[in-house]
Amino acid sequence: MSCVSSWGGLSADHHQVVNLMDPSKLESSICRRPLKGLAFGMGRSYGDSCLNSSGILWVTKGLNRFVAFDEKTGRLVSEAGVLLRDIQRLFVPRGWMLPVTPGTQMVTVGGAIANDVHGKNHHASGSFGDHVLSVTLLRTDGETIVCGPSENADWFSATVGGLGLTGVILRAEVQLRRVAGPWLDNETIPFSGLPDFFHLADDSEAGWEHTVSWIDCARRAGVRGLFTRSKPSERTQPFSSRPSVLTMPVTPPISLVNELSLKPFNLAYYHLNKLKAGRSVDHFERLFYPLDNLLNWNRMYGPKGFYQYQCVIPRAAGFDAIQAILAEIAKSGDGSFLTVLKTFGNRQPVGMLSFPAPGVTLALDFPNRGIRTQKLFDRLDAIVSEAKGRLYAAKDARMPKELFHSGYPRLPEFLKFRDQGISSDLSRRLIGN
Amino acid sequence: MQKKMRIVVVGGSSAIAEHCLRVWLADGPAEMILIGRDRSRLQRVADDLQVRSPQSSVQLVTADFLDPSGIDRTITDAFGAGRVDVVLIAHGSLPDQSECQASLELCRDAIGVNATSPVLFAEACAREMEKRNYGALALIGSVAGDRGRKSNYVYGAAKGLVTRYAEGLQHRLAKTDVKVILIKPGPTETPMTAALSQQKVKLARVEDVAAQIVKGIKAGKSVIYAPPKWWLIMLILRHLPSGIFNRLEI
Repeated sequence: MSCVSSWGGLSADHHQVVNLMDPSKLESSICRRPLKGLAFGMGRSYGDSCLNSSGILWVTKGLNRFVAFDEKTGRLVSEAGVLLRDIQRLFVPRGWMLPVTPGTQMVTVGGAIANDVHGKNHHASGSFGDHVLSVTLLRTDGETIVCGPSENADWFSATVGGLGLTGVILRAEVQLRRVAGPWLDNETIPFSGLPDFFHLADDSEAGWEHTVSWIDCARRAGVRGLFTRSKPSERTQPFSSRPSVLTMPVTPPISLVNELSLKPFNLAYYHLNKLKAGRSVDHFERLFYPLDNLLNWNRMYGPKGFYQYQCVIPRAAGFDAIQAILAEIAKSGDGSFLTVLKTFGNRQPVGMLSFPAPGVTLALDFPNRGIRTQKLFDRLDAIVSEAKGRLYAAKDARMPKELFHSGYPRLPEFLKFRDQGISSDLSRRLIGN
Repeated sequence: MQKKMRIVVVGGSSAIAEHCLRVWLADGPAEMILIGRDRSRLQRVADDLQVRSPQSSVQLVTADFLDPSGIDRTITDAFGAGRVDVVLIAHGSLPDQSECQASLELCRDAIGVNATSPVLFAEACAREMEKRNYGALALIGSVAGDRGRKSNYVYGAAKGLVTRYAEGLQHRLAKTDVKVILIKPGPTETPMTAALSQQKVKLARVEDVAAQIVKGIKAGKSVIYAPPKWWLIMLILRHLPSGIFNRLEI
């Protein structure tokens, strides 16, 4: 038994850790075990969707081999534990790239599918699951199911965004896209007020593949932020050096994100970046994964850990709801350095439990301050629920059952595909087993 | 165009060898011959390498690792097919010390796979390389071979034999253009050490160990400690008087 935490560091419960390495031993490691298990990749889920306390974690890190690549079509078959970073670093110099990646590349292919992750280009390219051609699933009863958009499509729809609960993803085929090089044409525009944000977002949707904005969550006097949009650049020169990687060496005794640091940091961040606003050509790693160069940044929230709150609100109610949520947060004095606001495109996701939906999404971290934090979340939940929005399960460690059930209307349909030998802290909390 | 490097790996599915190959391939395509015991495990490595470097070629050979005539034939064939730049002898398995003490059969097997077998392969390669007066022959030993200790002395003795063997071979081939390299990894995170990581032994990243090995081979070093800190640690351990050493819980 070893203690395992997720990215948020809210718990460190005992798990029986089983490293999956040798394909010939997968069946004996996974199938017909007395304890229930759960596949575990890089543990980058913030809450409890990747934990299974007192049960088994099947660590997929060792299933990290490429299987095949077709240079003509860009179809890549790999084992489930391959990191998105490894795909990007191998294929970008060869003119291919993952069409969708989240804000870190330190996640596995299996994890990206199970959480149907999205990136800054949702309006243009959808979520990760939209580019998956096939998934090989091992069920704990020993059955192997190969599914994709046109083969066992119901299994595919349950497994994409299915939080690992339909079986263990062993390998997948993903469609890469052509790119000229690693560069992006980028533009940063300061804005003030939500109407300004929505204008910028709508204006940029057609011409810019990637849009996102950072906002100052600590400011009570109206919303202020920096809107960033980018698209693939024609610049092809190879890039020479990677930025240096820093590590958060220890967990400080208290959260470094607190009332004292929050306002000055947000203020300084806004003004420093406002100075740098305008057009630039940037490397995709710097734009897409800024925190990957600060290893273990999650430690800065101290030993009690942190929550991330990410909701999506349908567009019709989006303006008022986001306004209300931001006002609640500013009033609370809690929040984080990195608050992200983004519009999603008008498209339905592949997975029954996929998070993205047409509308606007807000994400930010909160240091764990016990009851006080929970009470703030209750107030935010009420706004999200009223606006018929939902929370992202991959980020969640606390949402009430009712909000999960109302946010994910396809849940009853999903339950038919669950694997009875698989369970997670999240599934026990929100589904009951 | 630069000629493709030709690399022969014995123990083709060893994690350290596989990562060394990834480092070599990042420099340019190569022709690889992977020798192993289990074809499906070799195939998995070969498929991965082929995706990483489509211009490279991978040939798979299965062999009985303790059969002298089979080893002879395998190596003769590998050299017969063309010039060989590097041979990496990487196979091994980490036995549980207490199980070795309980079973003489396990003890014999551990010495067979970690000592006898690499020596037979190396001897066959040395013959071919001496004939051609060309190439680098790298053997993976271990820091465990530097001094016997109670927690793994059967494995350590086998790796110690590889150390003495490599020294002798270096002596024999000193006046030729064949380079013999002894690699001594510290505990490294691989499937072989999965049991150690459960015991919370601090393990080096296999990517780093492989990068140091490839760099050392390129630089023509005769002994490579990977990570390099083990050179100092083992220097001290080797020279500790037994009165002190035997009291240590290591």
